[in-house]
Amino acid sequence: MNNTLRYIALAIGFILLQCLILNNVNLFNAIHPLLYIYLIIYFPIINNRFIFILLSFLYGLTIDIFCDSAGIHAAACVSLAYFRPVFLKLFFGMTYIHQVVKFKNIDIKQNIFYVSSLTVFHHYVLFFIEVFDSSKLFLVFEKTFFTSIFTIILVLLLNIFLKKK
Amino acid sequence: MQQIIYFFLRNKNLLLFLFLFLFSIFINFKSNSYTSSKIINSGNEIVGYIYNHISGIKNYFNLIEQNKKLVDENKFLRDLIINHKLDSINNSVDYKITSGNVIKNSYSLTRNYITLNVGENHGVNEDLGVISSNGVIGIIDKISSNFSRAISILNTNLNLNAKLKSSNHFGTLGWDGQNPYYVQLKDVPKQAIVKIGDTVTTGGNSLIFPKGILIGSVESFKIDNSQNYLDIEIRLFNDMTSINHVYIIENKKIDEIKSLDE
Repeated sequence: MNNTLRYIALAIGFILLQCLILNNVNLFNAIHPLLYIYLIIYFPIINNRFIFILLSFLYGLTIDIFCDSAGIHAAACVSLAYFRPVFLKLFFGMTYIHQVVKFKNIDIKQNIFYVSSLTVFHHYVLFFIEVFDSSKLFLVFEKTFFTSIFTIILVLLLNIFLKKK
Repeated sequence: MQQIIYFFLRNKNLLLFLFLFLFSIFINFKSNSYTSSKIINSGNEIVGYIYNHISGIKNYFNLIEQNKKLVDENKFLRDLIINHKLDSINNSVDYKITSGNVIKNSYSLTRNYITLNVGENHGVNEDLGVISSNGVIGIIDKISSNFSRAISILNTNLNLNAKLKSSNHFGTLGWDGQNPYYVQLKDVPKQAIVKIGDTVTTGGNSLIFPKGILIGSVESFKIDNSQNYLDIEIRLFNDMTSINHVYIIENKKIDEIKSLDE
């Protein structure tokens, strides 16, 4: 119960941080990092994936309401939540299959690969649906690339910071 | 029957994912039309309330700049009154103007929206034009009792009627989704004489904006693929990344004009 409340508080915290502060950070004209996916990336691995996917959807939809982006964050978050096990299997292999992955004590190299691939995947889905125009594929790649860089850096920094505490 | 239930149970994660994913995409496509959801936008009461409080804090940091803009505008209006001997009493008012503040603004997406702190209670309605002292900002599309949401001019779905101030040739103004300082004017006949630096204003063909509201100046132009029209790149007079005080324009005679079309 205590843990549930903790994650609800974390979710609200991330939503407010994203919408009120990070959405106003505009690096190089129009790039702002999407730190809120931290929660989905590092959400503890639970057996009930049904709940996890549903919660991710609600989380994304709340971000959508704040950002006026009508469903794109929800779609990207749902994809991220659904495909996360694929990436877990890819980077943690046997440890994941035996269900002993603890995000607290994975080594830095694995962590970087894991975060980067999930972030790029999420951002690509997000910008692809946002732009949704085959003649502007280059714009999608461009946005994905530059936004991913800043998101990855922020997620890793926050992770290191929280680990030390 | 049992087989079907087993199938659903076994694939419940996949089915849930597909359902939610398609639902999100459905909301996204529906948001392009006017009938979209009343809740999933930042003009609703709860989100409006939060943004309103935060923008109150944020405003303290650029009071000086905003004041300067307002003083400049006052100066310009004073100048109009004195030099053109405008009467303050004028019975035939075509447009009603309401003032408001921007409490949330975005410009990094391809479909951007602005949230304003005025709503139904302040006499604001859907489909009204929003301008600032420097020119066009957008069009209101969603309202709640105290807040409203406007489609920003930086939205790939918004098309406006615009014309060159010098020659009256008009075209369609849109945004390509890239630079928040530039918009594109398309379908201007190539006979039009365009010079770099020319002013572009709203055309009179729209019921929403009055004729002659500033938009921007010509940055560059080229003949488009069909060889018949010009594509003009326009630098906005408004800095869309920093807007605060806006005016909402209501065309009083819109019903009269619409009744002619029926």
